[in-house]
Amino acid sequence: MWTFLIRRLLQSIIVMIGVTLISFVSLQIGGDPTYLFVSENATTEEIEAARIALGFDRPLHIQYLSYIGNVFQGDFGNSLSYRMPAMEVVLEAMPATIELTFFSLVLAIGLSIPLGIYAALHRGKPMDGGIMTVAMLGQSIPNFWMGIMMFLYFGLYLGWFPISGNVPFLEPLFEGDFRKAFTNLPSTLHHMVLPSFAVGTYTLARNARLVRSSMLEVLQQDYVRTARSKGISERRVIVNHALRNAWLPVVTMIGLEFGFLLGGVVVVETVFSYPGIGRLVYNAINQRDIPVVQASVILLAGIFILLNLIVDLVYARLDPRVKLTGAS
Amino acid sequence: MAKTKPVPSASSTQAVGGMTSSYRRKELRRAFQSMVTSRWALIGMLILLLVTFIAIFGPWLAPFDPDRQNLLMRLRKPGMPAQGDLTYWLGSDQLGRDVLSRLLYGARVSLLVGVAAIFVGGTIGTVAGLVSGYFGGWIDDVIMRLGDIQLAFPFILLAIMFLVVLGPGLVNIILVLGIGQWITYARIVRAQTLSLREKEYVEAARATGDSTFSILFRTILPNIIAPLTVIASFNVAGVILSEAALSFLGLGVPPHVPTWGSMLSESRDHLLSNKWWMAVFPGLAIVLTVLAFNIIGDWLRDFLDPRLKENG
Repeated sequence: MWTFLIRRLLQSIIVMIGVTLISFVSLQIGGDPTYLFVSENATTEEIEAARIALGFDRPLHIQYLSYIGNVFQGDFGNSLSYRMPAMEVVLEAMPATIELTFFSLVLAIGLSIPLGIYAALHRGKPMDGGIMTVAMLGQSIPNFWMGIMMFLYFGLYLGWFPISGNVPFLEPLFEGDFRKAFTNLPSTLHHMVLPSFAVGTYTLARNARLVRSSMLEVLQQDYVRTARSKGISERRVIVNHALRNAWLPVVTMIGLEFGFLLGGVVVVETVFSYPGIGRLVYNAINQRDIPVVQASVILLAGIFILLNLIVDLVYARLDPRVKLTGAS
Repeated sequence: MAKTKPVPSASSTQAVGGMTSSYRRKELRRAFQSMVTSRWALIGMLILLLVTFIAIFGPWLAPFDPDRQNLLMRLRKPGMPAQGDLTYWLGSDQLGRDVLSRLLYGARVSLLVGVAAIFVGGTIGTVAGLVSGYFGGWIDDVIMRLGDIQLAFPFILLAIMFLVVLGPGLVNIILVLGIGQWITYARIVRAQTLSLREKEYVEAARATGDSTFSILFRTILPNIIAPLTVIASFNVAGVILSEAALSFLGLGVPPHVPTWGSMLSESRDHLLSNKWWMAVFPGLAIVLTVLAFNIIGDWLRDFLDPRLKENG
């Protein structure tokens, strides 16, 4: 287990260094990066001064080494529009995004598992066909369009849910104000229903199909047949024998899904004016505030890598074969 | 054994897939029959043909010039008359441009971006996968680790990071979307190449002195086209979705070029005033097209590997 853990940790560090390399290349790809950090009206002298101040006059490999150093210290320079450290701006928006992503994941996984199991147990029947058709449709809908449609119908037309903003839960929680956090909770959830459904639709659809096919595969295995032939109740066969094995692929997917959802959140937040990283990135794109874009993207990638590491470790605990072979 | 019994290079290549013209005809007929009997695949194919038809003939079908602005007729509801005896069947946008005409023109750009990005990603990925699988060793390690790093990013974030520096543009978005896909192809091609390079006909080609280039592209590649086609059709769907998302964020094609994604982006400022037609129609166009590619992908996977159908 320790060898596996250390190997997996090293892999994550290498990948994180790779992430910094890609983000460094993305800065250099358009030519002299100095222009990304100065205003459009800057004079030649100002540009030259900025080039020296930002270190872009140094050889590339030196620039990269100092870039890595800065990234690992969370120093992305000052935001061009907020005039404060970019990372601080991003961290302020982070809790709202985490809330939304987490709620989307819970919603998507929570619904996809029973739907997938139900479809598998009723294979070939109309409900199975119905669920799978809706799932196929769900995989074809852009999440932000789903958001727009929900915004128009459930928000604007029916008026059931708020169409913009959020009520923080994590923020007061981090500040130690538990009372406020839990008083906020119902309102937090109410604000998150539409955006999280929009973000989670694709994941819900894909996982419902995955759970169904995984369940069908397991139901054909010998040990399920043996359990049935021993006279164990169908409910116990499904819960204790089939489900325990069928959900392994789903667990593996959760880590990847979280990253995928984070990507979706970035776009959907702009539909609902949800004050998280997505809206921040959108504004930063429009103002060409490169430090904020870089800080947001690298922070999200870092979270994604960390989650994948955690999921792999959880998987190793769930599936003993992984521990024995030490393979990831 | 193959070394003692040289096989002529041309025939070895032909034997690779066993693809004589009569075999190909038979396979095509089987595919056609399978598609007709599978109702969903037929619907998917019909949608795809319709979208392709619109992409080609859109400019002739469009009732208006998609860029013609008419501020007097801005934000008209669907079905309202335009000036003259024309009608805004799907309404008009904030600049008085006809939504239907922009939708018809948009099909061309959206499909072009989808297919071109797959071509770029598919080509890079296939070459990388062939080289990686055939040579192994450090080349394999480097290529696969590069892929791992790329997969560590949620793709949309990676695209945002590059496009915000490069700026929006048709070529930029095709390149970024294409490069974002290469690893998917590289992994599949590598896995297939690893098993194929030990096959007798590959050994035979090597023994007869075929160049590495010829072995990779004329002996191995034709045998991995099938799984690549399946991946490509799913991938077009994904790329169209990504293009729409990036255009929505203002990072896609320049604003004056009509694409379904940029139309949705423009609709955002008019959601509160409930100008629903600006968002509903381009979104439906995306959903139908992506759905068609997903259905075709599913069908192709089942057709090429019927064992998967059991659980699918």
